[in-house]
Amino acid sequence: MDRFAFVLRRPLQLVPVLIGISLVTFVLVQMMPGDPVRIMLGPRASADAIAAVRARYGLDQPILLQYGSYILNVLRADFGQSLAFRASVLDVILARLLPTICLLLYGLIMAVAFTVALAVAAARRPGRWIDQTVRLFCVAGVGLPSFWLGLMLIILFSLRLKLFPVSGFGESPIDVLWHLFLPALTIAIAVTPILTRNLRATLVAQSSADYAVAGRSKGLSENYVFFRHVFPNSLLPTISLLGIVVSFLIGGTVVVETVFNVPGMGQLLVRAVLLRDYFIVQGLTLFFAVGVVLTSFLVDIVTVALDPRVKL
Amino acid sequence: MSVAGDAAPRSASAWHVRLPVSLLVGAAIVLAWILIAFLGTAFVHHDPIAVDLVHALLPPSAQFPLGTDSFGRDVMTRLMYGARTDLQMAFFGVVGPFVIGTAIGLLAGNFGGILDSVLMRILDVTISFPYFVLVIAIVAVLEPGLTSYYISLTLVNWVSYARLVRSEVIVLRQADFVLAARTIGIGEIRVMSHHLLPNAISPAVVFVFTDAVLTIVLGSSLGFLGLGVQPPRAEWGVMIAEGQLYLASAWWIAVFPGIAISLLALGFSLVADGLAKLLHTAP
Repeated sequence: MDRFAFVLRRPLQLVPVLIGISLVTFVLVQMMPGDPVRIMLGPRASADAIAAVRARYGLDQPILLQYGSYILNVLRADFGQSLAFRASVLDVILARLLPTICLLLYGLIMAVAFTVALAVAAARRPGRWIDQTVRLFCVAGVGLPSFWLGLMLIILFSLRLKLFPVSGFGESPIDVLWHLFLPALTIAIAVTPILTRNLRATLVAQSSADYAVAGRSKGLSENYVFFRHVFPNSLLPTISLLGIVVSFLIGGTVVVETVFNVPGMGQLLVRAVLLRDYFIVQGLTLFFAVGVVLTSFLVDIVTVALDPRVKL
Repeated sequence: MSVAGDAAPRSASAWHVRLPVSLLVGAAIVLAWILIAFLGTAFVHHDPIAVDLVHALLPPSAQFPLGTDSFGRDVMTRLMYGARTDLQMAFFGVVGPFVIGTAIGLLAGNFGGILDSVLMRILDVTISFPYFVLVIAIVAVLEPGLTSYYISLTLVNWVSYARLVRSEVIVLRQADFVLAARTIGIGEIRVMSHHLLPNAISPAVVFVFTDAVLTIVLGSSLGFLGLGVQPPRAEWGVMIAEGQLYLASAWWIAVFPGIAISLLALGFSLVADGLAKLLHTAP
């Protein structure tokens, strides 16, 4: 189990990154115009209440100490109060965690399915029309704005064909799958080009690797060589991209949750920005960043588990 | 990965032959939009902003080729003026990060030391934020609008260029021609500007066009969300947001600006694709 020693070591290496993330989110609120406490408590707050909150969040102290108390509060899971939602930032965010996580997983599963289908189809016959079509999709797909694509899917599948609901999250698990189908499809289409490009290139390269040639020359069928040898050997580079892809998907949820009115964290971010609720913005930015860092960590573990040669 | 992929002979022949074409087609698309935005607007007779409720929500016709929106404004006219805004976003959104990032990447790669360590730590932190979320958060604390968007992009995105240039310079600074230049007494500044930079900049130049795609998509998304360009100014994302309410009755308001974004983005993508091959950098 030596190979997995990094699982214990890595969290320590992540400390500088986490400090950096906390600094950025701290500076974000420092940059904002006006007095954060007044914004938090509203214009009619009494001087005493303002002083009390100021002391609680350490805002009456020098800036370095303020940063210190920000860190302490975050470690105690206290992200401040939201004026617009009249609740603690943590509660507001947690209430919206589930739809976003469902959407991210759903979108990721779809994206992986599309990627495998497209990349395999393209790489089996490099240079032929399927390959060219997939390539065109990869070039054009990056520039398809998700918010517009979502609206087009609504026009086609919800308004014309009446197959899927226009908006919302749903109650039962099946209902959720039905409601989130179009939003998940939208964010899946946004990331599929990145993944497909990567997987296709690896598949094509591995197809002419020595072990594949050896397999063919001893009489194995092309299908057997491709799916038993080439395909499993091509997955790692694409899996290592997943950290970046999750980061992209999170960006996608911001837009797509707004278009489809999914009550998740992405929609919350847009609302909070429009309501100037900076502590929600700060809390969400922190949440998302820590989410991306944890995903990359998970991807590292999966990579090591899948390939005995990898050492981290 | 892509480098390995290109090494495969069959793919190489098929993908390479078409690539100069992608550069030409991409450049043609982008040029066409520039012409439409800055010359084409001279030939339209409608006002992009003035409200004309008598002609509201009209479907495409000879008088209004792409229909009218809920304020009675000609969608095609707004589309053409919107091209100005979106092209401007692509330009100003990319120039700042490119210049700053390239300079910092060059310095960090060449001198190493503390500057380089700091750059790498900043890089680690920046890539932990979802790009989109960080840009929105910065726009939020400034104020919704185009200037905030440029500031935000510059703050976040110089890192991408710095990383690209740095990784080239780190290899090149040990190359024979650079060592030779130093040996014959050429100053450090001239070595950087005349020897390192021209040889290190290709990946960053290719990324300019990939980045332009991201900048347009992100900028129009901000416009759509109400955090970017503010109505009534014509911008494609803003136009789509205005059309969202009329998806069932007046589809043309939201459909055409989206096609415009996709086409312009496709143009930049193709240029990036073609340039990557031309300059022999991995796409």
